[in-house]
Amino acid sequence: MMEMEKKRGTIGDLFVTFCRIGAFTFGGGYAMIPLIRREVVETKKWLAEEEMFDLIAIAESTPGPLAINAATFVGSRVGGVPGAFSATLGVVLPSFFIILLIAGVLTRVEHFAIVQKAFRGVRAGVLVLIASALVSLFRQLPRRTFTYIALAAAFAAACLAQADSIAILILCALCGIAWNAYEKKKVKK
Amino acid sequence: MICLKLFWEFLKIGAFTFGGGYAMLPLMRQTVLANRWTTESRIVDFIAVSESTPGPLAVNMSTYIGAQTAGLAGALAATLGVVLPSFLIILLISRSYRKFQASPVVKGAMEGLRPAVVALVAAALLSVAGSVFDVGDLLSRANLASVAVVLIAAFLCYKKKHPILIIAVSALAGMAL
Repeated sequence: MMEMEKKRGTIGDLFVTFCRIGAFTFGGGYAMIPLIRREVVETKKWLAEEEMFDLIAIAESTPGPLAINAATFVGSRVGGVPGAFSATLGVVLPSFFIILLIAGVLTRVEHFAIVQKAFRGVRAGVLVLIASALVSLFRQLPRRTFTYIALAAAFAAACLAQADSIAILILCALCGIAWNAYEKKKVKK
Repeated sequence: MICLKLFWEFLKIGAFTFGGGYAMLPLMRQTVLANRWTTESRIVDFIAVSESTPGPLAVNMSTYIGAQTAGLAGALAATLGVVLPSFLIILLISRSYRKFQASPVVKGAMEGLRPAVVALVAAALLSVAGSVFDVGDLLSRANLASVAVVLIAAFLCYKKKHPILIIAVSALAGMAL
């Protein structure tokens, strides 16, 4: 009886904690890591410090938004499937409602000249943000011949051939698997 | 019907975005433009809004595009779609993640995926730049204003200022120029 009540408390706690993380982190992705770490490792002690590193590594090697991966991972470790559900719902809900609100406001004000001018400036600013994300993604790449070949081939396919992004991703993943297997064989010899 | 389509397309985005944040931009852009859900410059506007509002970028973008396309139901369908793949995959591997990470298939796939993501983001950056600048008249007033904003934003970015500040300054500069 006590056990069950405690479990229910944890699941509610997961929801509230991840709601807070969702409502107070801007930008998403790696910007969320410090807050998630503080809440999950320091305050709630749901994960140990080294599990936090695992979490980042897993989020990187699985698809989807980092915050969702993190919420589902922590939730499922602490409270199984219900925990995963409640943490994920918590992290999504604040942005969902805020965006709904903003989408409504934006369609009403976007025809004003001043708003259009502001957005013209903002677009140029976003260009810089995308470029800076690109630079940091590039810096994280391993310095290997294969990486550069894949990068050049994928870029050519996307720009020149206008190939489908998902097709490019799948093809590059398969090449990576093949290359990894080939390298291993070479080492064994 | 449109909601089902939204759900399916955003499910694909959720399933093939590796790296989080801007890594989802190429897929989202391609999907949204192919289905004529919104325009390129609207996507850029919304990146700015998503950066300046709390929550994961991909979730914000999905909710917005869903809402624009089919109201509340569309927002729900798109958001559910983008979240579901990561939710299910993490749930599946959370017990045996060490084995998952050590697997040569996962390692190899990541080795190929990471440069592919960089290439796709670079390609997306080029086409977004094409929508920001008027290529027909390179020395137009609007282009020169955009160049000025890019320089200011690049300086702030170099100084490691917060993205929200960069967006706010860009908006003000856009109004002034």
